[in-house]
Amino acid sequence: MAKLESTFKNMVVVLFLVTLIAGGSLGYVNDLTKDAIEAAKLEAKMKAIKKVLPEYDEIKGEFKVATTPGDDSLEFYPAYKNGNLVGMAIKTYTKKGFSGYISVMAGIDAEGNFSGYEVLEHAETPGLGSKMGIWFNNQEKPKQCVIGKNPGNTKFQVSKDGGEIDAITASTISSRAFLDAMVRAYEGYKENKIEPATAQVN
Amino acid sequence: MNNLKNFTKGFIKENPVFILLLGMCPTLGVTSSAINGLGMGLATTFVLTMSNLVVSLVKSKIPDKVRIPAFIVIIATFVTIVQLVMQAYVPALYKSLGLFIPLIVVNCIVLGRAEAFASKNTVFSSMIDGLGMGLGFSFALTLLGSIREILGSGKIFDIPIYSEDYVTLLFVLPPGAFIVLGYLISVIKKINKA
Amino acid sequence: MNYFIIILSAILVNNIVLMQFLGICPFLGVSKKISTAAGMAGAVAFVMTLATIVTYLIQEFILNPLNLAYLQTITFILIIAALVQLVEIILKKVSPALYQALGIFLPLITTNCAILGVALLTIQKEFNLMEGVVFAISNAIGFGLALVLFAGIREQLDLMDVPKGLKGTPIALITAGILAMAFMGFSGLV
Repeated sequence: MAKLESTFKNMVVVLFLVTLIAGGSLGYVNDLTKDAIEAAKLEAKMKAIKKVLPEYDEIKGEFKVATTPGDDSLEFYPAYKNGNLVGMAIKTYTKKGFSGYISVMAGIDAEGNFSGYEVLEHAETPGLGSKMGIWFNNQEKPKQCVIGKNPGNTKFQVSKDGGEIDAITASTISSRAFLDAMVRAYEGYKENKIEPATAQVN
Repeated sequence: MNNLKNFTKGFIKENPVFILLLGMCPTLGVTSSAINGLGMGLATTFVLTMSNLVVSLVKSKIPDKVRIPAFIVIIATFVTIVQLVMQAYVPALYKSLGLFIPLIVVNCIVLGRAEAFASKNTVFSSMIDGLGMGLGFSFALTLLGSIREILGSGKIFDIPIYSEDYVTLLFVLPPGAFIVLGYLISVIKKINKA
Repeated sequence: MNYFIIILSAILVNNIVLMQFLGICPFLGVSKKISTAAGMAGAVAFVMTLATIVTYLIQEFILNPLNLAYLQTITFILIIAALVQLVEIILKKVSPALYQALGIFLPLITTNCAILGVALLTIQKEFNLMEGVVFAISNAIGFGLALVLFAGIREQLDLMDVPKGLKGTPIALITAGILAMAFMGFSGLV
């Protein structure tokens, strides 16, 4: 086959066709994967919620609340077992991380204590700030663990700042940021608490 | 024989990373763990093979003067397909590779092979070339990722090898990428000469 | 976000080359002499700022309203390629002197991942246009700083007695590693 000449008409036609085919096929693939991407996102979220809350059999009535105008909103996921409210998962965030944004799924049980958390997104230094995924979860070391506590009965600041939670070794900034996110979740929880009585309707 | 040679040259002799020094950005950027290196390598392999295939199919239909933009569109298409598919089926890996997935578009290896090989060779040997080069790239990234993960977090493919108390954190941080790659290249050069 | 933080973070703390690993090819390729390094840095600064503005506007006013976000990669790279060509043509006509200085670097810029990287990061970080411009310029400065520093070290390195096995690329990479370590010292700043 002879090579096509580089005339103006040929060039325009070929480039146009190439782009058209590319655009078309991408539209097709996008359509194919759209649902799967949504499903994957939802599944990741549900997995995180499951991890941070006590046992439940239903999540319903989720809602979003904007904290400060123009900022990200907190997402609330109330969890029920046999119709009783057993806890609430809250997607919270902070912008004070060592590398900026951190997003956390925090679980609060019926007593108002943190029942668990899962770091969803972060860009902290590997091996240092990134340890927050396990550090504050370590029930064997009560001084650094946040499980079973809440900012109402414990001072949610790192010990260096006069608080009652031990910071990750060599990662004070990441630790402060993490606690900031948790406190934000708790404040949101207090303001938007669902009373068990109203929750039992239906 | 020829095809076999075509396929294996990407591993050591013409390894895109160690010998040709192409695609350095993802090589350094994603190799803080072995699994990230492997994932990035395979994503690139897919793009490389498919774009080599398509470029060699349409090579006679593309006027010389617009061949580079046309190649770029073809490559970008496959990169976007990889993005969408990874988002759907391996969202965690997609997240940890981050920016470097769309940046496969500007990976010099991909455009380089399209221009230097696929636009001059048959469909089949272009595919073999793409596959070989891609796997060579994956091999390099996985090797680099494994070394950094072992030294820097005491694990390989997330399996703990020794206590985290003895790791040298530096190796999973950015400087470690440069240093490990520097020594690796020097070792590979030595092997190649022997 | 505070402009000052964006600037400080892009130039020093999250230096695009040494911490984010974008634009490594020119970093290793054109860093043998300070003068060529400075030329490359200038060309990158020019195209990076322009590309970030154009891609931002395209994303905001065309891709987002039409729900075509999945065409982002393909559109951005085409815009950058076209922009580089355009800059080359205009520069040739308007300022032959500048073209003389930057011209040979321009074709290399299309495949410089720093340009596409910064354009994508601007969208990802949800900056507004002004923040995006500041971000692009700061990154360009960060790129230039790393490139010129590295070129300076490499000029000295030529005169050194490097162990035989490490000559060439290996010692350059190890030097870059040490430079990156030095930049890590800035990391408490922001």
